[in-house]
Amino acid sequence: MVNVAALRCKECSREYPIGAFNVCDFCFGPLEVVYDMDAIADIASRERIMSGPNSLWRYADFLPAEYNPLVDINAGFTPLIRSRALAERLGLEELWIKNDSVNPSYSFKDRVVAVAAAKALEFGFETLACASTGNLACAVAAHAARAGMKAYVFIPSDLEAGKVLGAAIYNPTMVAVNGSYDDVNRLCSELADQYQWAFVNINVRPFYADGSKTLGYEVAEQLGWRAPAHVVAPSASGAMFTKIYQGLKEFEYTGIIDKVETRMHCAQARGCSPIATAYEEGRFVIRPVKPATIAKSLGIGNPADGYYALKTIEASDGSAVIAEEHEVAEGIKLLAQTEGIFTEGAGGVAIAGLKRLVERGEIQPDEPTVVYITGNGLKTTEIVSDVVNPILIESTVSAFEQSVGVKA
Amino acid sequence: MSVTVRIPGPLRRITNGTDKAAVTAETLGGVIAELEAQFPGIQERILDENGALRYFVNLYLNNEDVRFLEGLGTPVKAGDEVSIVPAVAGG
Repeated sequence: MVNVAALRCKECSREYPIGAFNVCDFCFGPLEVVYDMDAIADIASRERIMSGPNSLWRYADFLPAEYNPLVDINAGFTPLIRSRALAERLGLEELWIKNDSVNPSYSFKDRVVAVAAAKALEFGFETLACASTGNLACAVAAHAARAGMKAYVFIPSDLEAGKVLGAAIYNPTMVAVNGSYDDVNRLCSELADQYQWAFVNINVRPFYADGSKTLGYEVAEQLGWRAPAHVVAPSASGAMFTKIYQGLKEFEYTGIIDKVETRMHCAQARGCSPIATAYEEGRFVIRPVKPATIAKSLGIGNPADGYYALKTIEASDGSAVIAEEHEVAEGIKLLAQTEGIFTEGAGGVAIAGLKRLVERGEIQPDEPTVVYITGNGLKTTEIVSDVVNPILIESTVSAFEQSVGVKA
Repeated sequence: MSVTVRIPGPLRRITNGTDKAAVTAETLGGVIAELEAQFPGIQERILDENGALRYFVNLYLNNEDVRFLEGLGTPVKAGDEVSIVPAVAGG
C-alpha cells in the first residue's frame, strides 16, 4: 500500500514492517500503524472521497487495508442527524447525532472489523476471532460469514440476550467465559499466542483500531467539511475515542478540512469509569476497576487505551464525564422520545454525559456539537423493559374510547 | 515446588522461546527479580524506570489482576501461577 509506512511502538517508537502483531518486541508497548501522510495528502481530495462508495471505504486512502468485496458488508457512512427536539430540550442551537447504531450488525464495531477482516484476508488468515462485550462478537461473526471464514467469539457469560443472539445467528463458535470482559481478554491474549487466528482486537489490533478513524472523517464530511466544536463519545477501552480525534486531525493535516479545534469529551458510566475517574483526579495513571455497569458494552475495567484517551482529552482541551447508573436508561429514553433513535446502554451514557456537559457549561449553546451513538437499543432491551405497558382492550370502538380515554 | 510464570509470545525472544519459567520467591516483586536473573532484560519490559508495573502490562496471580491485590508486594507461594499479559483493545 502506498499510504502505510510501518508499524510503530507508541512507547519507544521502534518501527516494524507491516505484520500481524500488536506488541513491541523490545519494550512490550502497543504498536500502531504509521502512515505516509504526505503521500496521502498528494492523492486525497474531497472530490475523490465523494466519488467513493457509500461506506467507510470512501476513505480507503486513509485506511491500512485494501478494499476487498469478499468481506464487505457495507459498514459505515451512517446518518448524521441534526437534532431538533433534543437540542431544544438541552438548550443547544446546533446539536448533531451520529447514528452509528444502523451499521450492518448494529454497532460501530462493523467499522473496525471491516478493516481488520480485510487485513486478515491480506495476511492469509482463515479464522477471525475476538474477545468481546457483545457488539464486537456480532461484527466479527457477520464479517466472517460474508467472507466464508471461521469465527471464534469469546464473551463474558452474563451478556444481554440480544447481543448473544445477534452474534449467534451468524453461526460462529461462541465461547461464554465465566468472568468479566477483562477475564475474557486475558484468556484471549494467551490463546492468541497459540492459535494461528486473526484475533481482531489482539494480533490485528493496529489495523482494527484505525477503522474507528472513519467516525471522525465521516462527521467532518457530513458537517460540510468542517470539524465540530465538541465531540461527546462513550468510552470503554478508549480506542474509539482516541481514533475519532486522530481522524479529524488527519483531515486537517491533509488539507481536507481547515483547522480542527474540536474539544473531545469522554463519557463513562458510574459503574465502570476508570478513564473519567483518572481525569477527575487529574492523573494519567488508570486504576483498573471491576466493571459493575448496566451499560455492558462499556464494561472494561482495565482500558488498554485509557492513557491515550486521557492524552486526547488533554491535547484537545476536552473533558470526561460520568453518567450515574440510573441516568443510562433515562438517556436511552430521552433520545428515543425526542429523536426517534433507539440506542443501547452506551448511547444512554453518551446522552446523559452530553446533558451534564451542557449543565456544567463545558458546551455553550451556540457551539456545534456531535454526540456519537454507537450501538442499537434492540440488543439491550433489558435496560428499558419497563416502557412496555400496552393498553389491553376488546376489539370494539367503545372499549377503545373507554380505556384509552380519547374521542374522535 | 515453585511459582510458574507464563511467558507471553512477545517476550519469548528474551526467554529463548520458552513459554514457562519456574521461579522461587516470596513476593511478585521477587518473582520478577528472579525472572531477570534467569532471563536478563525481561524486567525492563515489565517494570518502568521507577520499578512500577508499566501501564500497558498486566500481571495476574492465579487469574487475578495484581493491581487488585497488593501489586508487586503481593505474597506468592509454591504452586501459584503468574501470567504476564499485554493490554488488549476494547471489544
